Amino acid sequence: MLKQIEGSYAVAHVVAQCRPNVISAYPITPQTHIVEGLADIVGAGQLDAEFVNVESEFSAASVVLGASAAGARAYTATSSQGVLLMSEVIYCIAGMRLPIVLTCANRAISAPLSIWNDQQDSMAVRDAGWIQLYAEDNQEASDLHIQAFKIAEQTFLPVMVCMDGFILTHAYEPVDLPEQKEVDDFLPTFKPRHIVDPRWPRGIGLFADPRFYMETRYILHRALEKSEETIKEVSSEFAKAFGRESGGFIKTYKLEEADVVVVSMGSVVGTIKDLIDQLEEEGKKVGLLQICSYRPFPRKEVYRALKDKMNIVVLEKCISLGRGGILASDVRWSFPRAEKKDRDISSFVAGLGGRNISIDDLRYMVEKVEKEPVEFEFLGLKTELIAERDM
Amino acid sequence: MREQSKYLEGVDKKDLFASGHRACGGCGQALAARLVADAAGENTIACVATGCLEVFSAPYPDPSWRIPFLHSLFENAAAVASGVDAAYKALKKGPVNIIAQGGDGSTADIGFQSISGMFERGHNVLYVCYDNEAYMNTGVQRSSFTPYGARTSTTPTGNTTRKKNMPMLAADHGIPYVATATVDDFRDLQLKIRKALTIEGPKYIHILAPCPLGWGHPGDLTVEICRLAKDTGLFPIYEIIDGKVTNVRKIPVKVPVAEYLKPQGRFKHLFKRGVPSEEVDAIQEIANQNIERFNL
Repeated sequence: MLKQIEGSYAVAHVVAQCRPNVISAYPITPQTHIVEGLADIVGAGQLDAEFVNVESEFSAASVVLGASAAGARAYTATSSQGVLLMSEVIYCIAGMRLPIVLTCANRAISAPLSIWNDQQDSMAVRDAGWIQLYAEDNQEASDLHIQAFKIAEQTFLPVMVCMDGFILTHAYEPVDLPEQKEVDDFLPTFKPRHIVDPRWPRGIGLFADPRFYMETRYILHRALEKSEETIKEVSSEFAKAFGRESGGFIKTYKLEEADVVVVSMGSVVGTIKDLIDQLEEEGKKVGLLQICSYRPFPRKEVYRALKDKMNIVVLEKCISLGRGGILASDVRWSFPRAEKKDRDISSFVAGLGGRNISIDDLRYMVEKVEKEPVEFEFLGLKTELIAERDM
Repeated sequence: MREQSKYLEGVDKKDLFASGHRACGGCGQALAARLVADAAGENTIACVATGCLEVFSAPYPDPSWRIPFLHSLFENAAAVASGVDAAYKALKKGPVNIIAQGGDGSTADIGFQSISGMFERGHNVLYVCYDNEAYMNTGVQRSSFTPYGARTSTTPTGNTTRKKNMPMLAADHGIPYVATATVDDFRDLQLKIRKALTIEGPKYIHILAPCPLGWGHPGDLTVEICRLAKDTGLFPIYEIIDGKVTNVRKIPVKVPVAEYLKPQGRFKHLFKRGVPSEEVDAIQEIANQNIERFNL
């Protein structure tokens, strides 16, 4: 059923259709409408779940950890500082192999305080052992949640669905919302593997000395790599069941003929596609490689898609301060050493703290890399606000 | 079979917290954890904070727990227990005893917020604090439960502040049951655990659990030190039921605090050549205030 709906409420709607047993969250802009939506659904008796209003994101993550360890399907959502406050628990959830689903309404990190969108928050926990999926629009944000529970519960890996704050969470778009029966048919009942239950006493969360710790990290790393198959399978099952493509590993747009390829993820790919269409009319061949699954990183797919492309530009809404583009280094790493030579992989950071990324900004970027590769550049920087003495 | 001494009459001994763990000899916390598990029985889930208890009882692959055990972090035992409670309600499972447990650091300091949240939300969880008055697992650093005058590795000249009053802070959340106990009185401790578990909602039991290593006393004095803590008035024994202090343990013969302080290395600096310093008077004053406040 196609419905004109705010992104957050669409997500709340489909998360409720996934029938989580326990929902726990702490309010933070721009995540709030998602949990308000869920609170309404639970309050109206449309979802039989425990909704636990906690005193911090740290406790929200801890509550879903405990609930999942006790056999519940558990869900939480957060943003920005909330992700950072949760980060200790986020690592723990992955290490304990608890299939929790978390929505990250992507937002910038303090200081300075900014409630607006970029992707620094989820990128700050990219190495925690979670699957990270990035939504392009609200349809995909909704669809990814249905897939996320299935992926998590098949792999026993937690899944973070990342959707750009405000740009998606607060945008009204037509979204095809599924029927409850469709979701029930797609998503089986959660069958936990290890739970705390007096009928089968066992310890969960024991400590590991140097004889055992490293293997736990190896197993988690391999499990994430192996989750590639599940992510792809679930995505194609979803396409079959719901009649539309959503999620998966990567997506491309006018890539085959392209002379220049833009690599990016999240909602900005919409603007990039518009630019690609404009440039096509002007006779320029530009394509898009969209990363949907950032963790596990689709190294093979990226290589396969880009192996014949000599001019690549990576655009991202996050930065490794003192180093540069994060996604850019992942893309550079995707090529075997011998093939990196003579290949131009430019790196641009844009849209930090909600700075708008206009189609003109993107045009400037593409035209610049057409002339020469760019090692690293802030796109849309206001140089008039910067003094040499501050740096 | 050896005849059970009168002292152990009515004490549950099920070995749900098994021997073979790695606690030091005379560890008050190990003794307390065992009494708690055995009083609670098999139908119990232990949510344990990082700390001595977790480290000496839950190394992979040899945990001591014969009841389900869940550990994740230092400061979130109460929140994790809240999640277990929510799951049991949502899945319509149970009833089950959910006992969150932690030391004084994870209770009074780093985990204070999550405990406050668990109390305030009204989860059906018993929180047990094993109070050994410092961060023992990391090498005896000061916590906000470290008593006035005590030497720790981060208060080398003696702690200058008074101990945070956690039972009162717990009670002020409006929770139905709060109690204090020590490891010298097995029966009383287990009675309070069993009683707490019959009450719906959040409960808090504060157990004084001496640490021979951190307190600097021989391991065989653990029980005696607890008796002295009670009989000096430094550790009052009481319950708070629905906000009212009740069942206060009367001190049979009041003992000067010096008797409690002297056997402990952490207070040794307060007695230069056997002469009590001014701090001893200040500690006596704390005991006197307790005696007056609780009519001990």
